[in-house]
Amino acid sequence: MDGGVKGLISLQDMIKEALGNNIIKIEDNKGYMDVVVPLEKLKESAIKVKQLGFDHVKSVTAVDYIQKKQFMVTYHISSYLNEELSRHVLGLSTFIDRDNPHIPSLATIWTSAEFQEREVYEFFGIIFDGHPDLRLLLLTPVVAALKPLRKDFVVKEDSINIEVDYAAYNATKWW
Amino acid sequence: MEAGTISSGSGIHLPGMEIAKASKNRYEVMIGPAHPGSGHMRIFVEVDGDIMVKVDPDIGFVHRTMEKLAEGREWIQNIPLFERIAILDACNITLPYVRAVEKLLGIEAPERARYLRTLLCEINRVASHLYGMGIFGVFLGHSTLYMWGFGDREVFIDLAERLTGARLTHTYPVFGGVRRDIPDDFPEDARKATRYMRKRLNEYAKIFLNNPNIRSRLENVGVLTKNQAAELGLVGPNIRASGIRYDVRLNEPYEAYGDVDFEIPVFEEGDSLARAWARVEEVRQSLNIIDQVVTWLEKHPRENFMHEKFWKTAPKLYKDVYEGKISYSPKYRIKLMPIFASLKVPPGKSFARVEAGRGEIVYYVESNGDIFPYRVRVVSPSFRNVIAFKYVMPGHRLMDLPAIYGSFDYFPPAFDR
Repeated sequence: MDGGVKGLISLQDMIKEALGNNIIKIEDNKGYMDVVVPLEKLKESAIKVKQLGFDHVKSVTAVDYIQKKQFMVTYHISSYLNEELSRHVLGLSTFIDRDNPHIPSLATIWTSAEFQEREVYEFFGIIFDGHPDLRLLLLTPVVAALKPLRKDFVVKEDSINIEVDYAAYNATKWW
Repeated sequence: MEAGTISSGSGIHLPGMEIAKASKNRYEVMIGPAHPGSGHMRIFVEVDGDIMVKVDPDIGFVHRTMEKLAEGREWIQNIPLFERIAILDACNITLPYVRAVEKLLGIEAPERARYLRTLLCEINRVASHLYGMGIFGVFLGHSTLYMWGFGDREVFIDLAERLTGARLTHTYPVFGGVRRDIPDDFPEDARKATRYMRKRLNEYAKIFLNNPNIRSRLENVGVLTKNQAAELGLVGPNIRASGIRYDVRLNEPYEAYGDVDFEIPVFEEGDSLARAWARVEEVRQSLNIIDQVVTWLEKHPRENFMHEKFWKTAPKLYKDVYEGKISYSPKYRIKLMPIFASLKVPPGKSFARVEAGRGEIVYYVESNGDIFPYRVRVVSPSFRNVIAFKYVMPGHRLMDLPAIYGSFDYFPPAFDR
């Protein structure tokens, strides 16, 4: 247990040194260390973090904070090639405006984020600028137009009554 | 039919059936979506001659909106939900969710529960690898392996049934512990199963992995170097076959994995054959773990398998059965403690990872103190492996597609969630 805490403190110092003023908040959450950076510094921070040895993305997570009118996007990253870093998971988070959901894509930095960003795009309608291949992944255009993982999409009990957005359906090809 | 309608040069246009002049010598082949082997998915393949030049996996045919459904269910109800991601690996798939919520609750399962979870995880891992190898056999036209794999998997499913009461959807790990203890004669059965499977693994190697036909299909096909595998962020036996020494059981030991002896098989070749070998060797290690765990359980009988916080709310009947005052009978079915129905989890964010049969599975859980989760994000192993098709397959012949597809042990329901 001691070793884990010590490791985390030195990791925190390492991140603080690498990112410097980019960090808004750094906190030790349960199971990962969360680093919040401003939107405009996200890409720059990601490049610096990758240089430290964090070589892949485990998960791209978006959370809808509807009361604050914000989305939080977190990249959970870790390392395969560096055994010391592989014990830790780092969360690189940023907050974006809910009405204008644009975020720079990190798929050009970490290839492993490519499909996950496509998934967040279709479920939340968050647009990843600079993504090499931003298309729908799991959903059909009809369902993706409803942005199903946003909090204002309520699952109706009677599934027959789901409103179909035919404009979206006709605008995009099915595949 | 008139002659004009069938010739393309006559100028008659049938909507949707115009014949375009080919600018390049390329064809598009669609594989799927009707069950190309392991579940519903489609792969768009662009071929030049029979060399694949562009591969685009098209998935989502069995999507079940689990992340959305989880936001409308109580914490405990989500365990049977997430099990449906990959029912043949149910314990491994739900364990990180349970662990993430336990972190938020600030509790830890007692020692016996940790061993029991490890036991079911390894039984699931063996069953999952046998299933994957069976499907792999079908892809290569080797139907004997399919029969063997599915037949031998039944042994471990029976073990899981004796342990939990259900063949596939066990819902075994719950917050604070496990649902029930092992029957008294379980250790003997488990030893019999591992002894049988060890013997069988040598026969698997003889009939499949060292079979010249299979070797010529798999050797040097779909080669992934160490750096490529890390860049694509693949998981499980697929990266260990490319020389990356990463296994959550080793890098961040959870449950009883810190206390048992096992090795992580790592191969350097990175081709389809190495990925198949990695699975066989992992089964061997899992059998060793099962033996060790069963021995530990025999030495420590009748210890608590549920956290005190929950156990003290259990009805008297459960406690009497547990303490041996009433002999166990099916009519005293072990149910969950009533406290789970209205469980509130303290606010916070939590992240947990576990090595499932097909690779690492991670959960991100966020709570705002309600009886429902605010957000659950699950990334299953197949979701992280599917990107390999896009980057590994181009350059190979079309006949190598099933070999590569099978070697990644891809499972569409696990991707689609």
